[in-house]
Amino acid sequence: MSDSDMRKIALVGNPNSGKSSLFNHLTGLNQKIGNFPGVTVDKKTGTTSLPNNEKVEIIDLPGTYSIYPNSKDERIVFDILANKSHPQHPNAVVVIVDASNFKRNLLLFTQVYDLNIPVILALNMMDIVEKTGLSIDASKLSKELKVPVIPMKARTGKGIDLLKSTLIDFIPSAYSPIFDPSSHAEAAILKVKESFNIQEDYVAYQLLQQAQINRSIEESDKKQLLQIEKDFDFQKDDLRRKETLERYAAINHFINGAVKETFTILPKRITDQLDKVFTHKIWGYAIFLSILFLIFQSIFAWATWPMDLIDLVFSKLSAYLSDILPAGLLTSLLTEGIIPGIGGIVIFIPQIAILFAFVSILEETGYMSRVVFLMDKLMRKVGLSGKSVVPLISGVACAIPAIMATRTIESWKERLITIFVTPFMSCSARLPVYTILIALVIPDKNIFGVFNLQGIALMGLYLLGFIMVILSAAAMKLILKTRERSFLVMELPTYKMPRWINVVFTMYEKSKTFVFEAGKIILAISIILWVLASFGPGDHIENAKEEVAILNMGKVVSDEDLTNQIQSYKLEHSYAGIFGKTLEPAIAPLGYDWKIGIALITSFAAREVFVSTMATIYSIGDTEEETTIKNRLKSEKIPGTDEPRYNLATGMSLLVFYVFAMQCMSTLAVVYRETKGWKWPMLQLIYMTGIAYLSALLTYSILS
Amino acid sequence: MDLRSVVDLAPGESAIISGFMDDALSLKLLEMGCLPGQPIKYNFAAPLGDPICVSVSGYDLSLRLDEAITISVQ
Repeated sequence: MSDSDMRKIALVGNPNSGKSSLFNHLTGLNQKIGNFPGVTVDKKTGTTSLPNNEKVEIIDLPGTYSIYPNSKDERIVFDILANKSHPQHPNAVVVIVDASNFKRNLLLFTQVYDLNIPVILALNMMDIVEKTGLSIDASKLSKELKVPVIPMKARTGKGIDLLKSTLIDFIPSAYSPIFDPSSHAEAAILKVKESFNIQEDYVAYQLLQQAQINRSIEESDKKQLLQIEKDFDFQKDDLRRKETLERYAAINHFINGAVKETFTILPKRITDQLDKVFTHKIWGYAIFLSILFLIFQSIFAWATWPMDLIDLVFSKLSAYLSDILPAGLLTSLLTEGIIPGIGGIVIFIPQIAILFAFVSILEETGYMSRVVFLMDKLMRKVGLSGKSVVPLISGVACAIPAIMATRTIESWKERLITIFVTPFMSCSARLPVYTILIALVIPDKNIFGVFNLQGIALMGLYLLGFIMVILSAAAMKLILKTRERSFLVMELPTYKMPRWINVVFTMYEKSKTFVFEAGKIILAISIILWVLASFGPGDHIENAKEEVAILNMGKVVSDEDLTNQIQSYKLEHSYAGIFGKTLEPAIAPLGYDWKIGIALITSFAAREVFVSTMATIYSIGDTEEETTIKNRLKSEKIPGTDEPRYNLATGMSLLVFYVFAMQCMSTLAVVYRETKGWKWPMLQLIYMTGIAYLSALLTYSILS
Repeated sequence: MDLRSVVDLAPGESAIISGFMDDALSLKLLEMGCLPGQPIKYNFAAPLGDPICVSVSGYDLSLRLDEAITISVQ
């Protein structure tokens, strides 16, 4: 059966309602991430088998509090559920409801129900409800709501079998509206139904409501809707207020018999106790800083050995293959281009996995919202929002998802500033560059017995990026003028133990996405680089031996030196060498030579390419000796001297350059998409690279 | 009439929501479960005094001071 023949089931729910746990339980490893057509919103889909062996497709829709969208992500929910001809339009919807937070969660349910699609209600976290002394009578509730109600614990998977068997021959009961828009604006709704060929009153009503706020509605349709709004005097805010109140009144009526005790004020909970510590004026910030410190230390401590191992395996593989394969162009492409290139991708996986594990644990436990809460006032001082903290922290992993995460910030100005400054946060792609350069120029010593000097240097680089975030944001706050108001209004979910399987899935997904998305670019650049480094204009490369011999005329040169001279002569006269040489005058003041110049050029595609570029440049003709990238860099000397190329001044200058420079085509592409134009990505490129150049210049001048 | 808002409550104090002062914001607050006639409890403020944490409809919500001040209570 092909994917399109499968029945589609959509999962809808509030944020923190356990939706992703339910999705992971249903689909296991049979899930994939893509994009909804036409928009850059993550689309998570997967398949599951029902007890009768029917396979159904599960679509995980973005979490939302209401069918009225506040963001691009949230509007997908309405677009898919309301539009029967949408390719992702589901055959049935499972609305997952956090039972411990019942009323507010049911609001979304009543809205989805009124779109008149088959709905099942999954009542999650029944365990918590029982603990707090409340009881929900699922069968009574089911009778009231006229939909199947499935009690479950999404964390453990309890109740999922019942959900699956309910899905087998699910036929919804006759529909009767919970909120009847026709009783408020009959004529306008009738007009929309006629003009747009819509059956459902509530869909027509929502089109009128969303004409202004939903940007996926086409311009001509929007015009027509606004005309109808005017002609029939459709008071949309007034009606929306009435609608919400009517829905809550209906909810109160529904739960009257089915739920015992009032939910209004919960008994003392662990969450209150934890909040006293986590939002304390001293402990709160101390804990937050310690968590950040822990993240950086553990990335350095845990990721180093698998990275060294990966590095070693790939360089051994190259050496082994060049031994057993016949010498020639193809072998050299394989051992000097492709294998180091793939190695340069795989080497990132440990860091990305660890970083996303931490980010995912912070989200899962509910701690991330407390960080927003702690930081909001501080962040607003520099034109950001508390919600900017989440993109900034994710920016430590990768700027691309981070910039997409800014969609939760409703204010355009705060969002734009966040987008603009996020790439200053040191992403995981910079980490290998940092790691390798720090290992070269900072001694591996402990101070005060516990703090590793290299770990502290690493944290210093992250801090440097963060300071630039704050300075740039403050500058932009002064420049950008707006009258738009910004909102916070954010749920503080109860603290929960992270569900480890969700953490593992996040690590797996992000690593996989990186390998296949960023990996393509890295591999392509590695191969292009190999070509550029192996070929050159004229016949200097073929005649390298003779030409070096002419240069050495009358001198005594050892065999080893001669081989090295021939290698570097070849590289110097390759296309890559010529590019590097052209750039050299501009970067010499920063302490870089033309070889680093080559790496800088390729880094503008993606900065992680630095390491693989260095690996490629220094491995050309050198794979007989198995050496790791680090050792190759270490043995590189300034020509004509015994001084190491990577001394403290050059090393630090390069580090500072990589902290600030905008070297990532994918980030620029995503900024272009999110800001709908080239203005902001171009400003970002010029601004960041300018700062990088000046700071590196300053660093080198001071240290040399 | 003595018009009070959520920011006038003391930490731990509850009151009944009587209305909203900001039309645009009220749409969102209603959807988040801040309903007229329902109790709202001021829990605590962030270390720098803003935003604040309130309990409403059985869960915790954080609001900036300039948002909380638009919710009038009695």
